[in-house]
Amino acid sequence: MVLKVEGLWKSFKTEQVLKDVGFSLQTGEILAIIGRSGSGKTTLLRCINNLVKCDRGSIMVDGIYLCRQVTDANGTKCVYAKGPEQLQIRKRLGMVFQSFNLFPHMSVLENIIEAPVRVFRVPRPEAEEKARRLLAMLELQDKEAAYPFELSGGQKQRVAIARACALNPLVMCLDEPTSALDPELREGIAQTIENLAAQGMGVLLITHDMVFAKRVAHRVIFMEEGEILAEGSKEEFFADINNERIKSFIAG
Amino acid sequence: MLDYLITLMPAMLSGLEVTLKIFFLTLVFSIPLGILVAVGRLSKIKPLVAVIQVYIWIMRGTPLLLQLIFIYFGLGLPTVGLQLERFTAALIAFVLNYAAYFAEIFRGGIESIDKGQYEAAKVLGFSPVQTFMRIVLPQVVKIVLPSVANEVITLVKDTALVYVVGLGELLRAGRIASNRDVSLVPFVVVGVFYLALTAILTKVFQQIEKRYAYYQ
Ligand SMILES: Nc1ncnc2c1ncn2[C@@H]1O[C@H](COP(=O)(O)OP(=O)(O)O)[C@@H](O)[C@H]1O
Ligand SMILES: [Mg+2]
Repeated sequence: MVLKVEGLWKSFKTEQVLKDVGFSLQTGEILAIIGRSGSGKTTLLRCINNLVKCDRGSIMVDGIYLCRQVTDANGTKCVYAKGPEQLQIRKRLGMVFQSFNLFPHMSVLENIIEAPVRVFRVPRPEAEEKARRLLAMLELQDKEAAYPFELSGGQKQRVAIARACALNPLVMCLDEPTSALDPELREGIAQTIENLAAQGMGVLLITHDMVFAKRVAHRVIFMEEGEILAEGSKEEFFADINNERIKSFIAG
Repeated sequence: MLDYLITLMPAMLSGLEVTLKIFFLTLVFSIPLGILVAVGRLSKIKPLVAVIQVYIWIMRGTPLLLQLIFIYFGLGLPTVGLQLERFTAALIAFVLNYAAYFAEIFRGGIESIDKGQYEAAKVLGFSPVQTFMRIVLPQVVKIVLPSVANEVITLVKDTALVYVVGLGELLRAGRIASNRDVSLVPFVVVGVFYLALTAILTKVFQQIEKRYAYYQ
């Protein structure tokens, strides 16, 4: 088990966005979290990546707690890992944002090697070699000197994936990977995701695109209003839907 | 005529030297200070933000000439007793004043950076300082370059204000020669010097902007 989330709660002001969310992800597994827009999927991903702090619950990545629930005389609270541990977790987590967030002032290659070289002190030639291997795998070998503004949406996305892969993460998180793509590019990103999983990464995929989830996921979680309503292997999930709300979502 | 121009040159050039000294030293100190002030202004430390707001309000809300007078003559009054050297006083006034303007320019630039850039840096493990130096600041520089160029051109002309503390900069050298010779020619020469300086600076900034044109 490479990622485990338990009893996660998060609210923004008065709005309860995550309610007791828990699941786990195995090595090599593709888990799709599906649900309507506004159901809390992105917030969940942001909690896992420590971009927002959760109110309660625990998140464990490869045996290291990012945060855990602690109960003492003063009540229950959520305690976060210290800096060095957080950096260890960073290395194990890759994140591909919905809008990619590439660094516009850096070339494709620089985007990929910046963190390994600056943060994790990987020797530059080694980082470049790794980056070129990733670019070749993602069919971007002729783009290493290009700048993000010169790339198509699909190419930007693959650079973002390469950047997130540069530190050999164990978990890859992707937020709505099909939302910014032309329909004909969906099969390509599906194969890329399968490729990552085949290399042993756990893939956490967030989408409101049922067809895509059905195409690529091994397991599916359905979220609504911050709660997990159903969970199962893809086959179980799509064969045996007895929840009216999920049915209506799938029916579109 | 040419002979007359040549006799003017020694005084003019020593005036130019003072002008250039004030100009470059002001830039060297006020731009980094302006960036620091901008970062402080955008911090979540409330007392710091309040202090910076007052500082910027005073620097932008009063004439630079008044600030010069205040720092040189005001602090030099017996009741305060902090008599600075002419050049030091002028430089402090210029740096404090220009840092306030640069701070506002950089603040706008920093605020215009998409928060997704900070998030991408964070998930890649960058520290806040690395994020600022490697991701944010290089993009801000490109954005603020035109406004900074404007401010720098203004600074060239503002250096003429240091005459008030008795420093012999370019304009003062011109006025002395003009009074002595009862001629407008020295002022024409001074004007040509300022025009040449601003032309060079305009060119320099064009080059820098070109260097930053590699991305959009
Ligand atoms: N930073 C925030 N501040 C306040 N409310 C937020 C914030 N981020 C998300 N929300 C709210 O949380 C809810 C879930 O949003 P989100 O996690 O983006 O859902 P999804 O990704 O499933 O569309 C929405 O109602 C949204 O308005
Ligand atoms: Mg979302």
